[in-house]
Amino acid sequence: MKTTVNKIIKKYKNDRYRLMDILLDIQEELGYIPEDLNQMIADELSISKVELDETISFYHFLTQKPLGEYTVYLNNSVTAGMMFREDVKKTFEEQSGVLFGNVSSDGLIGLFDTSCIGMSDQEPAAIINNVMFTNLTPFRVKEIVADMKEGKPVEEMHKQNFGGGKNSSDLIQAVVKNNIRRKGPVLWDPYEPGEGLRKSITMEPGDVIEEIKNSHLRGRGGAGFPTGLKWEFCNKSREKERYIFCNADEGEPGTFKDRVILTEMPKMVFEGMAIAGYAVGAKSGVVYIRYEYLYLRKYLENTLSELRKAKLLGRNIAGKNGFDFDIRIQYGAGAYICGEESALLESAEGKRGEPRDRPPFPVEKGFKGKPTIINNVETLAKVVKIIKKGSTWFTNLGTQESAGTKLLSISGDCRFPGVYEIEWGHSIYDILEMVGATDVQAVQVGGPSGILINPNQLPRKLGYEDLGTGGSLIIFHESRNLIREVVMNFTEFFIEESCGSCSTCRNTPFILKQKLEKILDGHGVVQDIDDLVEWSKNLKFSRCGLGHTAGNPIITSIQNFRHLYEKLVQRDRDYDTGFNLAESVKESCEASNRSTVV
Amino acid sequence: MSNKVKFVIDGKECQSDEGKYLVEAAKDNGVYIPTLCNYEGLKPKGSCRICTVKINGRLATACTSPVHEGMKIENYTAELNEVRKEIIELLFVSGNHFCPACEKSGNCELQALGYRYEMMAPRFPFAFPIREVDASYPRIIKEQNRCILCKRCMRGIKDEDGKSYFAYKNRGKDSLVVADRKLMSAMSPDKAKEAMEICPVGSILVREKGWDEPIGTRKYDNAPIGSEIENK
Ligand SMILES: Cc1cc2nc3c(=O)[nH]c(=O)nc-3n(C[C@H](O)[C@H](O)[C@H](O)COP(=O)(O)O)c2cc1C
Ligand code: SF4
Ligand code: SF4
Ligand code: SF4
Ligand code: FES
Repeated sequence: MKTTVNKIIKKYKNDRYRLMDILLDIQEELGYIPEDLNQMIADELSISKVELDETISFYHFLTQKPLGEYTVYLNNSVTAGMMFREDVKKTFEEQSGVLFGNVSSDGLIGLFDTSCIGMSDQEPAAIINNVMFTNLTPFRVKEIVADMKEGKPVEEMHKQNFGGGKNSSDLIQAVVKNNIRRKGPVLWDPYEPGEGLRKSITMEPGDVIEEIKNSHLRGRGGAGFPTGLKWEFCNKSREKERYIFCNADEGEPGTFKDRVILTEMPKMVFEGMAIAGYAVGAKSGVVYIRYEYLYLRKYLENTLSELRKAKLLGRNIAGKNGFDFDIRIQYGAGAYICGEESALLESAEGKRGEPRDRPPFPVEKGFKGKPTIINNVETLAKVVKIIKKGSTWFTNLGTQESAGTKLLSISGDCRFPGVYEIEWGHSIYDILEMVGATDVQAVQVGGPSGILINPNQLPRKLGYEDLGTGGSLIIFHESRNLIREVVMNFTEFFIEESCGSCSTCRNTPFILKQKLEKILDGHGVVQDIDDLVEWSKNLKFSRCGLGHTAGNPIITSIQNFRHLYEKLVQRDRDYDTGFNLAESVKESCEASNRSTVV
Repeated sequence: MSNKVKFVIDGKECQSDEGKYLVEAAKDNGVYIPTLCNYEGLKPKGSCRICTVKINGRLATACTSPVHEGMKIENYTAELNEVRKEIIELLFVSGNHFCPACEKSGNCELQALGYRYEMMAPRFPFAFPIREVDASYPRIIKEQNRCILCKRCMRGIKDEDGKSYFAYKNRGKDSLVVADRKLMSAMSPDKAKEAMEICPVGSILVREKGWDEPIGTRKYDNAPIGSEIENK
């Protein structure tokens, strides 16, 4: 074991910055990171052991003990719950004889929850030994557990067809479906790899930036920052060593469009990175991609090799002397916060994914302190088309303030969940008609960090003028219990995913959750609703977007569905501690075989 | 070398060196901005959020924001002060703080802020977390019930090679600050004292030491925290 670990550390030249890769490689080789080797690993990297523990314990998928020959991570996002996750979970537990959060006594099967894995249009889904299983049912789970007991390798457990498109290719072989419902005019405009890059090198780097600025392209990762401006800021730095990062962390529950882009058009994304590299004179690019998408690894690595062979990556690329640019893939290890750009950089430097204080911004001091551009997968893909077809072509699509198209991830209660590329400017009402949704009670726009809108707000339009979004829409039918199923799930998500650095974001969501439970248990009073709103306010004092939005599920649901809360609270009293004596002493009563008299 | 810049805090004209962190720049002008995780001489890490002010209308932590010419800063406003008080309450309810029995009482910045912001009973429910006192190191005791995860010890206490004695563990509400066994076993008495002093609360205690000063004469016993800046 020791020699394996040593070899891995050597492979990365004892570089502390490559700690994520070192840990991921160790885990891949041994199934876990043996705790008794922590001191040795730390010594090899010249850090203290606690500094190593600090990183390992941050990431959901890194483990210091074996988690079973088969490790099941069953997604617990809201859409999984809507598609009968409970039944799937119960079947897993019954068939394997172990409860979630544990490993069976024979060490065969471990069952664990995990936050959204990017499969909201094919839930319930699970990752088993890095292989994706989607559309799970109790029937299917019984087969899977039976296969485990026979010792079958996970790769051979598939009984469904592969998912179609590149998912069925030799290098992926996954049951994951693309569910491309609508091919739009930008991403699906006919494409030859290299055409955007070849055109860009006929332009001056400054003109490439100018063209992107003129296109009014704004970041498709959610925040909507103007892409050209970001590149220009980076270009202004005095530092000449620069980096291009592609943000493929895609952790916002209900979002899965980047997965489809990376499956069907990865070359376009990599080409967008090279164009950015040309524009600002960066020589290396890094794709930071979530651990959940490990099943794409071989395919993406191979795509990079193909591009190198085609001289679209590497040295003197696209025939331009002195234009060197290459890309490496950096996997994460399970942390939503690593999608936040500065946390992403920390993680890529082998540390905990804790957001940095700003200023300075990544374009000034980013990866290893050097100016760094971080763009979303979709943003970078669009860059290629803008360079190829011109900024005017792009601004002619969409609306005044929102140029071009958006790739939406649509899930929840509708007939056709999947991805849709549409021009900005459609109303939510249009979208619901497009996807076949009726009797809608609510729509979550932009994932848990976005807003929950009610039927009166369906005329609202997608676009930076009104609803600027990373593109996730989750639809809830009339029959859904919004507070219990949705708001609670989202609040728990933020509790699970906070990095824990800020006093506010570390503590407040948990306190809000307790209040919500009190209301759901029938102990709430009107004051509790007001407290929820008031107490959420301190979250705006947090360092990053996660904290800023962690109260949104509660705040926006109270804004738009206050009547649901009012129905739950007691009208006849204005104070209730929420303490239930009978419930609190139940266990001891049972143990002592006595009943309560109160 | 550095340029002087002018800025305004709550209507008061101030002057300081360009790029100086706002907390320090304000201090130069006799303006107190409350801090907890900040420690002079250490690289700031805005984690407690209590120094949050509004710079040109936007929320920002004063300990991490450099001053520039013409900045307009809101500091002592009802809105900001209320949230600061909330943050103090959050830190109290998320740990187990029994001040009368605490070695740091009177020298504790959290306690002093509680007084300054007139915290009576916290509005939030007490979490009463179950945390262990870690007394396994030769020089110090790590009192986990009182740690507010401010990261001062992590940033300030390092060995000659720059390795940290202290680090975070886990994430979110389960986060803890823990100490390195190997480094701790060789910790010098001076280092231990430094660690205790850097900690704003009573979470790092030097072994076999109670207190030097009796209650009534300690740092914040007679004047509120911040008054040393405001009365200068
Ligand atoms: C908590 C949090 C999570 C985020 N997750 C992602 C993500 O998964 N993918 C992404 O592209 N941007 C994400 N972002 C936004 C990034 O910080 C950043 O704005 C974006 O990558 C910039 O690229 P763009 O301008 O092309 O959108 C996240 C932000 C926050 C605050
Ligand atoms: S807001 Fe939350 S996630 Fe962001 S830095 Fe603070 S604690 Fe971490
Ligand atoms: S650390 Fe401070 S607030 Fe906590 S018990 Fe001690 S004196 Fe009180
Ligand atoms: S031990 Fe003290 S200095 Fe270290 S993080 Fe906790 S409160 Fe801060
Ligand atoms: S003192 Fe500024 S965030 Fe703590």
